[in-house]
Amino acid sequence: MSTEVRRNRRLGLFFTGFALVALVIAGALSYFADSDPDGLDTATLEGCEVVETDGGEELVGDCIARNAGEHDLADSPLADYSVGGDDRFTGVAGVIGVLATLLVAGGLFWLLRRRGDQPGD
Amino acid sequence: MSDGLINAPVSAVFGAVAVAGMAAAMAGARRDLDDRTAPMAGLVAAFVFATQMLNFPILPGVSGHLLGGALAAILVGPWVGALCVGIVLVVQALVFADGGLTALGANITNMALIGVCAGYGVAVLLRRLARRNRPGLLAVCFVAAFVNTVVASGGFILQFALGGDPAFSLGAVAGSVLGLHCLIGIGEGLITALTVGAVASVRPDLVHLLRGTARPLELRTVPAAPKEA
Repeated sequence: MSTEVRRNRRLGLFFTGFALVALVIAGALSYFADSDPDGLDTATLEGCEVVETDGGEELVGDCIARNAGEHDLADSPLADYSVGGDDRFTGVAGVIGVLATLLVAGGLFWLLRRRGDQPGD
Repeated sequence: MSDGLINAPVSAVFGAVAVAGMAAAMAGARRDLDDRTAPMAGLVAAFVFATQMLNFPILPGVSGHLLGGALAAILVGPWVGALCVGIVLVVQALVFADGGLTALGANITNMALIGVCAGYGVAVLLRRLARRNRPGLLAVCFVAAFVNTVVASGGFILQFALGGDPAFSLGAVAGSVLGLHCLIGIGEGLITALTVGAVASVRPDLVHLLRGTARPLELRTVPAAPKEA
């Protein structure tokens, strides 16, 4: 086997491993993510209290987040990393997201890449 | 950030900034993309997407997550890195209803443009240290990622100052946003150091910041190396 083939195989192995790590993070570790509001949300929620109502969460008080509108795509099937609003499928949503990102980004980068004149490193 | 926090004109301005920035990044990215780095860059984007899902606790009741600008720029260069983070934000907004649509430009400006510039700028300033040895590389990753997070959050403060609800004190908003993002920056720094460290230990040739090193990090591959004292 030529060194070229061996080198490509090793690179392919590394890429496969990297992809698996991303899939495991999004598909499994995501269940352990902290569900508290993140830094920016916390800052914009200052002054408000989040009250659970039948219609969902409501903000009581005076805070910046009260200006925030609902997301225009809040009804989309994968909204908030669920599947049809079901949080038990966060991992599925995550895997779909990883694959979608890989497809879009990988596709764009593959099209943009320089062809032929490979660098000698 | 969600829609509605920044008014429409300012959102539109940052939408234009984001489009211009992404176009510039596309032009610059060609130089750094070849048959090897293009798939690597796609995977970096996917990894940033995955890791952004992992909110970690920073205070009781408050979480943070990776932004990824320094991570991506250190691994695949600033132009490609900006595109990676930008694509992640677009996928999040369009597919997962995470991050407002009118706020997308501001979000891209903060995390993909400002964050990448700040993080990569720090990494380049400290490049000699990063290339010296493994602790040096990890330290540079940590600092670059910390700065990336804090400066990116400064982008939100700028946008809020220009187009936010004037009923709220800018100083108070700035104080809590910066304070919380200093804490998030620590997590960002740890994740970035861990990830880049892992890639560098198996494929240092795929770490953009280390490229062009005359002698890459010496790694266990040579059983006996008499060439060095």
